Amino acid sequence: MATPTMDKLEALEADSASSHLIAVTFRIRRFNPEVSADASWEDFRIDIDPKERVLDALHKIKWDVDGTLTFRRSCAHGICGSDAMRINGRNRLACKTLIKDIVSFDKSGAVSKPVTIEAIKGLTVLKDLIVDMDPFFQAYRDVMPFLVTTGNEPTRERLQSAEDRERFDDTTKCILCAACTSSCPVFWNDGQYFGPAAIVNAHRFIFDSRDEAGEQRLEILNDKDGVWRCRTTFNCTDACPRGIEVTKAIQEVKRALITRRF
Amino acid sequence: MKIHKYDTVIVGAGGAGMRAAIESTKRSRTAVLTKLYPTRSHTGAAQGGMAAALANVEEDNWEWHTFDTIKGGDYLVDQDAAEILAKEAIDAVLDLEKMGLPFNRTPDGAIDQRRFGGHSRNHGEAPVRRSCYAADRTGHMILQTLYQNCVKEGVEFFNEFYVLDQLLTEVDGVKVSAGVVAYELATGEIHVFQAKAVIYASGGTGKFFKVTSNAHTLTGDGQAACYRRGLPLEDMEFFQFHPTGIWRMGILLTEGARGEGGILRNKDGERFMEKYAPVMKDLASRDVVSRSIYTEIREGRGCGPEGDHVYLDLTHLPPEQLDAKLPDITEFARTYLGIEPYTDPIPIQPTAHYAMGGIPTNVQGEVLADNTTVVPGLYAAGEVACVSVHGANRLGTNSLLDINVFGRRSGIAAAEYAAKHDYVELPEDPASLVEAQVERLRNSTGKERVATLRLELQECMDANVMVFRTEQTIKTAVAKIAELRERYLNVSVQDKGKRFNTDLLEAIELGNLLDLAEVMATSALARKESRGGHYREDYPNRDDVNFMRHTMAYREVGDDGTESIRLDYKPVVQTRYQPMERKY
Repeated sequence: MATPTMDKLEALEADSASSHLIAVTFRIRRFNPEVSADASWEDFRIDIDPKERVLDALHKIKWDVDGTLTFRRSCAHGICGSDAMRINGRNRLACKTLIKDIVSFDKSGAVSKPVTIEAIKGLTVLKDLIVDMDPFFQAYRDVMPFLVTTGNEPTRERLQSAEDRERFDDTTKCILCAACTSSCPVFWNDGQYFGPAAIVNAHRFIFDSRDEAGEQRLEILNDKDGVWRCRTTFNCTDACPRGIEVTKAIQEVKRALITRRF
Repeated sequence: MKIHKYDTVIVGAGGAGMRAAIESTKRSRTAVLTKLYPTRSHTGAAQGGMAAALANVEEDNWEWHTFDTIKGGDYLVDQDAAEILAKEAIDAVLDLEKMGLPFNRTPDGAIDQRRFGGHSRNHGEAPVRRSCYAADRTGHMILQTLYQNCVKEGVEFFNEFYVLDQLLTEVDGVKVSAGVVAYELATGEIHVFQAKAVIYASGGTGKFFKVTSNAHTLTGDGQAACYRRGLPLEDMEFFQFHPTGIWRMGILLTEGARGEGGILRNKDGERFMEKYAPVMKDLASRDVVSRSIYTEIREGRGCGPEGDHVYLDLTHLPPEQLDAKLPDITEFARTYLGIEPYTDPIPIQPTAHYAMGGIPTNVQGEVLADNTTVVPGLYAAGEVACVSVHGANRLGTNSLLDINVFGRRSGIAAAEYAAKHDYVELPEDPASLVEAQVERLRNSTGKERVATLRLELQECMDANVMVFRTEQTIKTAVAKIAELRERYLNVSVQDKGKRFNTDLLEAIELGNLLDLAEVMATSALARKESRGGHYREDYPNRDDVNFMRHTMAYREVGDDGTESIRLDYKPVVQTRYQPMERKY
C-alpha cells in the first residue's frame, strides 16, 4: 500500500469522523399549480455537513422542514438520472454535487451566498423541481435507440473487436438524465429540436459495428430539427454528469452525414 | 377511479420487469407499471457482471456454476432452480449480446469474462473467470439494453404509477389473481388494472437499513402488497451485506474490484482475508468476507480514528487497468471521498445490499400460496421473488443473471397463462383498501413524522439484525419495530395535495418497510443456527438437522383485528449435491 499518501488519508478520515456543520441558505424555485399559478423563490436555511450532497440538503428540507418540497430521486449516487436540476445556474445531478463544491465563504468564514436550485429548463415544470419528461423520452424513441440487424442470428455472440467496441464506448454511458438537453439554448428556444441526449443515443448505435440501421438514423437526424440545429456551444458537454463528450459526439454524427462514413 | 384491462400487467421496470415485458408483449397485451421511469431502476446500479459459463477465456461449465451457486447459498438453494439458472445463463448472456449489449471483448472479439467472489473452477479448486461484464457498469448496460428493446417492441409503460395492492378473487375456493391497484403520482388518481396475469418485478427492500447500497425507492412494495393479502414471504431473514460499500455512505464498490486484483487490508496493512479463506482469499463469498471485515474491526484492527472500517486497496493495479475496467467506482471514490484510488486505499465497510428472500415462486415464476399451491395468474421475478436460487447467500453476478433468466421465464409463462384464461371478476369495491390508506394518511393530524420513524427503524436494523445477530439483539429489534408500527398509526404528512405528492408516498413506503422489517426480524429470531447471510453468535454453526428448510412467514389477522406473523417451513429441493461444510 502506498504509504506516502497515508497522512492525507488520515486527515480525511479524521475530518470525516468529526463532521462540522455549516449554515447554508438554499433558494429554491417553487411551483405548485394546486396552490398558485405563479412560481416563486423560497429560502430554506439549514445546517449541513459540507461533505454531504445537495440531495441530502433537499432531503433535510423535505423531511425536517417542509414536506411539500417535491423532487425526483432514486439511487443517490449518479447512476439512475432522476435528479438533474439547475444548481447555481448550472445543470447537475443533486446526488453527485457536494455542498463544499458549490458554496463560497466570506472573510468571517460564513457561507456568503445562497445556493439556488431550480428545475431544468426547456421542459414544462409540473411541480417544484419536477418537469414533464415525456418530450425528452419521445425524442429519444424517435432516433431508433436499439440495435438493428438483418439476416440469421449467429449461434453464439456476434464478434466485435475491442477497438470497434471502444468506438462508441463514451456514448453508452448516458443515463438519460436530460442535463445536456435541458442546458442547450437551441432546445430552450425550440422544443422540436431532438436535443443532445437523443443524438448521443443515436451515436451509440450509428458507430456500433454490429448495427445496420446507421443510414436510417442519419436520415432522421438530417431533419430540420436534427443535428444541424446544434450551434456547438458545449453547454451539453459541460452539463453531462457522466463526462460524455456530447458535443464531440454530435460533431461525429454531423461528419458522418457529410461523408456517409461511420 | 379508472379501470384498465390488460392481459398481462408487470409491476416494476427494472431488469426482471423489462425482460419479462419483452417476452409478454410479443404474446399478450401488456402494461408495465413502474413507480419510476424505466431507466431509473436500481438494476442500473449493478456493476460487476453477469455470471455464465461461456468458457470464453478458460475452461468452465454450467455444472460448476450450479455447484458454486448452491455452495454459495450455504445449501439452502433449491437445487433444481440453481441448475436452471446456471444452464440458461449461457443463452441469457448471448440473448443480451444479440439485443445489443456492449460487453467488454476478448482480443478475438468474444465476450470477455472476469473473476468474481465464490465462482470457482471444478468445485472450489481456484477462482474462475465467469463474469461477463461491461466495465463496471454492467447493470447500467443491461437496463439500457432492455429498455432499448422495450422501445423496439413497443412495450406500453405507465410511468410513476405506484402499485399499492394486489387483488385476489376466490374462484372455487382457490385464490386467483384478478389485478392490481395503483396510485398515479402525477394526479393522485387511483387506477385499477384488471389483468389475467400479474408479474411482480418490483425489486428489493434494502431501505430498512441505514447503510445500504440500495436506492431510496427500494421499499419492498411488491412483497408488502402480497403479504398483506395473506400470501407468504420466504426466507426473509436472509439479507446480504456486500463487503465493500463506501464507508458510512454505503455506495457500492463492485466485487469486480477484487476480481481485478484489489485487496482488502486492515490498519496494519495486512491482507486479512488470507486468514479466513486461504484458497479464495478476497474472493470468498460475500457473507464470509463481510463477517471477516467485522471481525477485524471488532478485534481492534479497523482503520481510521474510530477503527470502524477497512481498506480496499487498488493502488498496486495499473491506472490503465482501473480506467478500463473500473472507471465508475474509482470516480465514486473521487467524488464522494475525495480520494485518488491510483494512490490511496479506499475506506469501506459492509453495506446492506440484497434480499435473498421474497415472494415464493416455482421455477416458472408462479407465486406460491403455501408450500405447494400456486396462485393462478400471479408471478414474480428478480429480487422481489424467492425461487430460491440464492438460498442463504447470493453469489455476486447471480442477480443480473436471475433477473434475465427468471424475468424471461415469468414473462413467457404469464403471457401463455393469459392466452388460455379469461379475466376473473374483480373483488367488490377493488380500490377500497388503497383509497382508505391514502385518505387516512392525507387526513391524519397525528404528531409522528415519517422521517423520524424511518431513521429510527434504519438505526435499529443496522444495530441489531445486520452481519452479527443474537437472540438479544433480534428481540430488541422486534420490540422496537412493534413500537414503531404503533407510532406509525399517528403519522401525518404535510403535503395534502393530489399532484406529485411524494410526501404521501414516502409515508406509504415506510408502512411497507415496517411490515417487512417485522417479518425479517421474526424469521431471524426463529432460525437458531448460522447459515449464509444469517449469522447468530449464539448459534454459530449451521444446523442441517433442524434448519435445512425455508422459512415461510404469513400474516395472520385475529378475530379482534390483531395482526401476528405465523411461521411455517418448506423443504429445500436437493438433487445431486449433499450439504458439506463450506470452506473458501
